[in-house]
Amino acid sequence: MTIDLTQFHDAFYEESFEAIGQMEEALLRLDAGTPDLELINTIFRVAHSIKGGSATFGFGEIASFTHTLETLLDELRGQRMKVTSALSDLLLRSVDVMREMLRAQQGRLAVDAQRVADLQFDLELAVAQKGNSAAVTAVPAAAAAAATTPAPAAEAVRGTLYRIIFRPFLHLLARGNDPLRMFRELRDLGDLQVTADVSALPAFDELDPENCYLSWTLQLRTEATRQAIVEVFDWAEGDCTLEVSALETEPAAVPTGPSADTAGAAAAIERPAGIAHAEEAEPRAVKAGDAAKGSDASSIRVSIEKIDDLMNRVGELVITQSMLGQFGALLDGAAGERLRSGLSQLERNVRELQESVMRVRMVPISFVFSRFPRMVRDLSQRLGKQVELKMTGGETELDKTVLEKIGDPLVHLVRNSIDHGIESQQQRQASGKDARGTVHLHAYHRGSSITVEVSDDGGGLKRERILAKARERRLVGSDEQLSDEAVDNLIFLAGFSTHDQATDISGRGVGMDVVKRNVDELGGSIEVRSETGKGSRFIITLPLTLAIVDGQTVAVGDESYIVPLTAIVESLQMRTASVNHVVGHGEVLSFRGEYLPVVRLEKVFEARCGREREPSNGLIMVVEGDGRRVGLCVDELLGQQQVVVKTLEANYGHVDGIAGATILGDGSVALILDIAGLTRSVSESLAA
Amino acid sequence: MDATAAKSVATPVPASHAEQYLTFQLAGQTYGVEILRVQEIKGWERPTRLPHSPDHVQGVINLRGSVVPILDLRRRFGLGETEYGRTTVVIVVKVDTARGELTAGIVVDAVCEVCNISADNLRPPPEVGSAIDSDFVRGLAMVGDGMLVLLDVVHLVNRTLTDPASAPKAA
Repeated sequence: MTIDLTQFHDAFYEESFEAIGQMEEALLRLDAGTPDLELINTIFRVAHSIKGGSATFGFGEIASFTHTLETLLDELRGQRMKVTSALSDLLLRSVDVMREMLRAQQGRLAVDAQRVADLQFDLELAVAQKGNSAAVTAVPAAAAAAATTPAPAAEAVRGTLYRIIFRPFLHLLARGNDPLRMFRELRDLGDLQVTADVSALPAFDELDPENCYLSWTLQLRTEATRQAIVEVFDWAEGDCTLEVSALETEPAAVPTGPSADTAGAAAAIERPAGIAHAEEAEPRAVKAGDAAKGSDASSIRVSIEKIDDLMNRVGELVITQSMLGQFGALLDGAAGERLRSGLSQLERNVRELQESVMRVRMVPISFVFSRFPRMVRDLSQRLGKQVELKMTGGETELDKTVLEKIGDPLVHLVRNSIDHGIESQQQRQASGKDARGTVHLHAYHRGSSITVEVSDDGGGLKRERILAKARERRLVGSDEQLSDEAVDNLIFLAGFSTHDQATDISGRGVGMDVVKRNVDELGGSIEVRSETGKGSRFIITLPLTLAIVDGQTVAVGDESYIVPLTAIVESLQMRTASVNHVVGHGEVLSFRGEYLPVVRLEKVFEARCGREREPSNGLIMVVEGDGRRVGLCVDELLGQQQVVVKTLEANYGHVDGIAGATILGDGSVALILDIAGLTRSVSESLAA
Repeated sequence: MDATAAKSVATPVPASHAEQYLTFQLAGQTYGVEILRVQEIKGWERPTRLPHSPDHVQGVINLRGSVVPILDLRRRFGLGETEYGRTTVVIVVKVDTARGELTAGIVVDAVCEVCNISADNLRPPPEVGSAIDSDFVRGLAMVGDGMLVLLDVVHLVNRTLTDPASAPKAA
């Protein structure tokens, strides 16, 4: 029977990467103190299901590696080995290798086979060396092999006899499950007898060769736990019914030969009771399983594309509804009245629908946070500092597109905090602090934005050094006096890095300016608060979503443009504003003691835009982007609304000065101005 | 109008090597594009102008939620301006490019019909002497007593929208 298994690969990769993440997380928590058996079980389950999956798909290398890993984990689970920090390092390295192998498999790239082999050897060595380290070093592979196969023949008679009734659903095979593989795995656990039930087989001409009509009753005598048996069927969960019941427990019943008969008879008599007991136990076990899988069952994976499609359709619905609204306003009489009340209900429903769809795109920020424990652990080890990472507000939700882009800036900030912020242990102790430094990641909602704070209890920003550096680089005049806050914010200027020695952790020329630019690009802001000797706090504020912008619609001639509300400082009447011509600078606006360049879209956009109807009679809007202010000439302000951002890049390309487009209530397209881009191009053209 | 309708009825059933083309009028000449590239035909309405775009990009329109650029074929081929009238339409095409699938609209004077053109009927484009860049011509075909210029719409849209020389002044 050939089934194209490749169709399941994506799901396998996605689930495996997620599972590896969980495994890593569990491993990191394991590091902290005495091993929690539940954590070890979690880790074991991940290794086990990746092994099963990769074996099913024929990824031999991954299966073999995870098998070795599983062997080691099984020793830990059976408490035959102890969790040491060396061992958890080894396991973490295994996690990296597993991830790499999966990635290589996914991208059809080559794996560093030597590294895999080395690590696999180390794992085998660790298993072999449990207890007595001296004796076994010479033959690690053999010893590991012995440990892997729990010698079925010799000890077959020991352990518990389980009855497993395995009734697959018809589609079991189509889901990529192979009963044979499962039975082989069971056979590894102990002495197995399999009886197939063929009663459900249809007549030959009705038989669909891709369906599974068979069910099986298996008897397994094993020392393994019930849990271990159920785990063999993990991959078939939801594709079969499974009953596992202990028929008899036989604690060393066999050693005395003659009494075997009586023991058997006794067991036979007790059997009904045994079954009853097992059946009692069954529902409980199932419930526990349900709880563990609860999060899986109540969520589904949906591609972003489908959600975007849904968003587009809802957007169309909004336009249709507003068209109907305009039409409804024209109708008189009772019918018109009823139409309008229906329409207002429609409007409400559509708005709620739009909000619900937006919410679908939201994911908790913990997806980004989850990479930090490992990073902090590795970094602090490398730097010889003791750092504790605290993370709060991981459940705070934000749009997936924002989430994807916030990762790098946060990584940079956390690295900076550990490398530059937290002092060395000696320094900390000398200044009477806890030798262990703390880095705190905190996320929370504020209005329609999300704030993420990265704070540390280190030495704070070193203002004299920052100022000296800024003067040296001529970013600040030598006699200019700056407030503490202004000095702190100098670190966001381009090409600024104060660390005396560039380390390989941070300070490779890319500094806070890159972080700031990334945050700006997302339409957010970053600020820093610092207290000498007590630490510093970086506060990033980001919009919850990039898909919607709060905008002011403005008219310029016969075109409408959207100006993001966050960019608008103030709007003035052109008549009352003082606009002057300055030679070499064009028009300038005198605004609160500042002279701002005046931007006329007609000039910037080379006339491929709306032309101002009344150049001297319109409005001038003071807008700010990228830290610079300009005066933007518009004819009139049309209204404020939330607009759904559409990219121009999908079918056309990037356009300077334009952040995107949106669709107005009348179905026409309006361009969203990129104020930061505009101000930049204005100051460049002035400089040129 | 009657004549074209009659002709389209008379068009033979697809032969094995025949491809279907949508034909349209542009400055007195009939052109054809592969029907499989055509997503829809819609009436022309004034698009939103795009800053920094070449002359032959009229702007963008809303096509059921996506923002789609509109190409002015007369300007692209240097065929002079004309009044937009009731027959002026936009042919919306979907083409594969290096960046993925693009949707774009092409403004033409009027659409005519769908006709089958077999491979034997196709002549290679002349090297010179055509009003338009021969790069964009797939071939010529005789239909009835007229000549049909078959456009390579994939190449046309690709060059117009993604070529650095003629397309958006991208960053």
